[in-house]
Amino acid sequence: MSDPRLEKTDRTNDFAFKIGTVNGTGSASANGLIMQAIFRMGIPCTGKNVFPSNFQGLPTWYEIRVSHEGYSARTPEFDLIVAMNPATYERDIAEVRPGGYLLHDSSWPMAKEFLRDDITFLGVPLGEMCVREFKGARVRILMKNIAYAGALAALLSMDLDVIRGMIQEKFAAKPKLIGSNYKAIELGYDYAMEHFDCPLPIRLQTMDATSDHVLMDGNTSAALGCVFAGATVGAWYPITPSTSLMDAFKRFCERFRKDPETGERSFFIAQAEDELAAAGVVIGAGWAGARAFTPTSGPGVSLMSEFIGLAYYAEIPAVFVDVQRVGPSTGMPTRTQQGDIAAVAYASHGDTKHIALFPANPEESFQMAVEAFDLAERFQSPVFLVQDLDIGMNDWMIPKLRWDDSFVPDRGKVLGAAELEKIQKFYRYMDVDGDGIPYRSLPGVHPKGAYFTRGSGHTSRGTYTEDADEYTEVMDRLSRKIDSAASEVPAPAVRMREGATMSLVTIGSCDEAVREATDILERQGLPVNYMRVRGFPFDTLVREFLDAHELNIVVEQNRDAQLRRLLVNETEVDPARLHSVLDYGGFPMSAAFVAGEVNEHLGRAPEETKVRPAAERPEGAVA
Amino acid sequence: MTYIAKPAVRHPGLGANDLGLHMRDYEGTISTLCAGCGHDSVTAAVIQAFYELSIPPHRIAKMSGIGCSAKTPAYFVNEAHGFNGVHGRMPALATGANAANKDLHYIGISGDGDSLSIGLGQFCHAIRRNVNILYVLENNGVYGLTKGQFSACADVGSRSKRGVPNKSEPIDPVALALTLGATFVARGFSGDKQQLLPLLKAGLMHKGFAFLDVISPCVTFNDHVGSTKSYLYTRHHGHELVPVDFVPIRSEISASYEKGSRTSITMHDGSMVRFRKVPEDYDPTDRLSAYEHYRSLQNRGEVVTGLLYLDPGGEDMHDDNATTPTPLAELSHEDLCPGSEQMDALMEEFR
Ligand SMILES: Cc1ncc(C[n+]2csc(CCOP(=O)(O)OP(=O)(O)O)c2C)c(N)n1
Ligand code: SF4
Ligand SMILES: [Mg+2]
Repeated sequence: MSDPRLEKTDRTNDFAFKIGTVNGTGSASANGLIMQAIFRMGIPCTGKNVFPSNFQGLPTWYEIRVSHEGYSARTPEFDLIVAMNPATYERDIAEVRPGGYLLHDSSWPMAKEFLRDDITFLGVPLGEMCVREFKGARVRILMKNIAYAGALAALLSMDLDVIRGMIQEKFAAKPKLIGSNYKAIELGYDYAMEHFDCPLPIRLQTMDATSDHVLMDGNTSAALGCVFAGATVGAWYPITPSTSLMDAFKRFCERFRKDPETGERSFFIAQAEDELAAAGVVIGAGWAGARAFTPTSGPGVSLMSEFIGLAYYAEIPAVFVDVQRVGPSTGMPTRTQQGDIAAVAYASHGDTKHIALFPANPEESFQMAVEAFDLAERFQSPVFLVQDLDIGMNDWMIPKLRWDDSFVPDRGKVLGAAELEKIQKFYRYMDVDGDGIPYRSLPGVHPKGAYFTRGSGHTSRGTYTEDADEYTEVMDRLSRKIDSAASEVPAPAVRMREGATMSLVTIGSCDEAVREATDILERQGLPVNYMRVRGFPFDTLVREFLDAHELNIVVEQNRDAQLRRLLVNETEVDPARLHSVLDYGGFPMSAAFVAGEVNEHLGRAPEETKVRPAAERPEGAVA
Repeated sequence: MTYIAKPAVRHPGLGANDLGLHMRDYEGTISTLCAGCGHDSVTAAVIQAFYELSIPPHRIAKMSGIGCSAKTPAYFVNEAHGFNGVHGRMPALATGANAANKDLHYIGISGDGDSLSIGLGQFCHAIRRNVNILYVLENNGVYGLTKGQFSACADVGSRSKRGVPNKSEPIDPVALALTLGATFVARGFSGDKQQLLPLLKAGLMHKGFAFLDVISPCVTFNDHVGSTKSYLYTRHHGHELVPVDFVPIRSEISASYEKGSRTSITMHDGSMVRFRKVPEDYDPTDRLSAYEHYRSLQNRGEVVTGLLYLDPGGEDMHDDNATTPTPLAELSHEDLCPGSEQMDALMEEFR
């Protein structure tokens, strides 16, 4: 049985479709055009790029969900699939929801064995039309993409003026291209109008739900956070899916941090020889008083771990942005996962524990990036901003980012020249205020501030030691210090429902799917409370919430239930209260999956039954 | 308590420098290295170099990795910040610190294990990046701190203390620095302070990556007969190819140097390196010439010392980056944050 939404008669502004193409054929701009057009029509939408670790030839998909209710989690079943890649016809056709549509290039006949009688095949001779109308192989391929966008415009009832306006903006610098793009749009549009019953029941209708919003990915917003927080030093070694974060940082810095007259730049980006060096650069810069960060992914965090321990022990602020991808090892670099939760919490050898922030969407990536620098300097310690590929690289509709000009960064306890001049003697690791946070001095400021920073055993005075008591004193203070951050990291996001006795607990980008699942469950007569953990060490509210429910279902994207383990380990909550729901095949989670898993665990069989994540479905299954 | 107070020793004959500071003001805590360790002699020369250059102690940043050599920044200039990081990774820390505050005098102390094995990549890339630092490699051919294993620069045939010969080809840091484009390449010997001192001073005043390899014997693990990094071997095979004097910016240049000849080079800040004797066909500002001389003497089994190559151009990574004159760490939030107006305008581009 399928999702009851199918039976809903009105599917206006409530459907999902995807476009399957071949990597490297320039489909990204056509897909972006479609997505942006829907957004500009005022309709909530999200785009997810399912791409291979390859530049040319492998299949790639762009999934768009349109939801007037504002749901943005991935849906694993599609009302319409645009199949532009013959190599994935079989799979694409199988994935169309019964009653749905398949748009394909009918320049060549479709193999009989692929045909399904429960879906509608919409053949448009895209290739043929483009060969006829355009010259040159490359142009023809590019225009074919624009032409399917045109066909979609007719089928879904997109606003053509919006599309034309976007083409004009996009090619403002190359007006020659505007004509051919218009032409391609019309080819697809006219053909569809003539041959099909346009628009389809799944269709768009202008709304006014996006005017306060933007379309942005979380790497761009996190980069903006770094710029606005005043980060001056960035170090990195390229790695998917974090690379675009540094690209964005660089772009924004070139714009906002470069003196237009002199060309002088108030930032320094080091493309390091590896992540290990990137970590070192950031720690060196933090030690010398700059706000510094490095974007990376799991493999990078592994390489950085020795340095992370140094920063923890020597108490040096540093911000690490981990854009998680599928591990272990190289894993699946272009797929999403939450597999580094355990790794970042205790990265490095010996007793270490780190402050970590877990944004759920690009808006939070921005806010938490800013917060990360404050926390790093305040607690003089590494801080992790842990997002994932889904947040970092996909287009999310988020409220416009705002900046409060009264913001004053928290630079922590740093003694200036005048303060150092006044004090008798400076001891770097002394707990003067009793809050576990010592005073820091920066090199070059005052002779009295000098101390020898070391990763070897040290006393509270900053001197070398191998003495058990002196070593332990510092280690115990460090533990108090990091634990005290629990109340300073973002508090968990909690939503209580009338009559709920159990809860769903989650983290990061699962947020959308799990929140939507709580709505589905509610409709099915099961109200559940909701908590999303946003920071580590865990706030006391986290334990209180868990204790308030006999059953907490912890939903996350890794095999080993890392969040659940961390919750058990850190809050000492009764593990019997925590049941895991895991989905770690590399795709963003869907609400139907979560609701299905919950029902299965409870032995319920409501109308809306479990939908397995797409990744789990047998390859090429024909429904 | 492990803090050891340093006995107050006065250095007779040495008065105050231009800042009114004495040599003692540039000292550190007492060394815990083996008596006779070459590294201690380098420390002594470093102290004197800073003192003679009249650099304010707190404007110095002392960087190091891990090793006996890496410990030594604790033994000089107490009033400077030091950073004893992780093994082989000092170059990254120094890059970051320098990125944040380019106005400090950076000195990095490393060992041959630290620089040529675990940290070889970082060493190379710091050269490539042209970090403004004096990078001193205290070279003893072994891992002193972990008890005498051969390092990557041990010469073929050099024997360990137990008599086992090394069979692997050495990585030569001087040749490496020359080929990678270091803008200052020198070698000294811890047993020859007179030669070492001007090399240190010139290296400190050089803008850009200054590499100084110092043969610095490990008396405990590599000073025996059969070692090619011992005091004796270095004394016998040492070849001072290009000895120099360092003439600070404020001194009157009275010595007899010939105009137009390649016998002195003015550094970016106006101080001067004067070559006492340069082989006739040798140009220390020509990388190829330096490399050829170095290699040919080395092939004859000689330990070549002196200031082998100098690019007086005076550029570093910040020139490449066009960094603002004010160190990045000293910029205020107002300088750095684009503000709400820019944010609002930017948001319109994401619609
Ligand atoms: C990651 C790591 N691996 C190994 C070590 C152990 N270790 C400490 S110092 C050293 C070698 C130091 O040799 P060198 O740099 O030549 O310094 P020296 O002691 O000879 O001056 C090693 C292997 C370490 N500290 N860290
Ligand atoms: S072991 Fe060797 S290098 Fe280390 S302190 Fe002793 S003599 Fe110096
Ligand atoms: Mg050594």
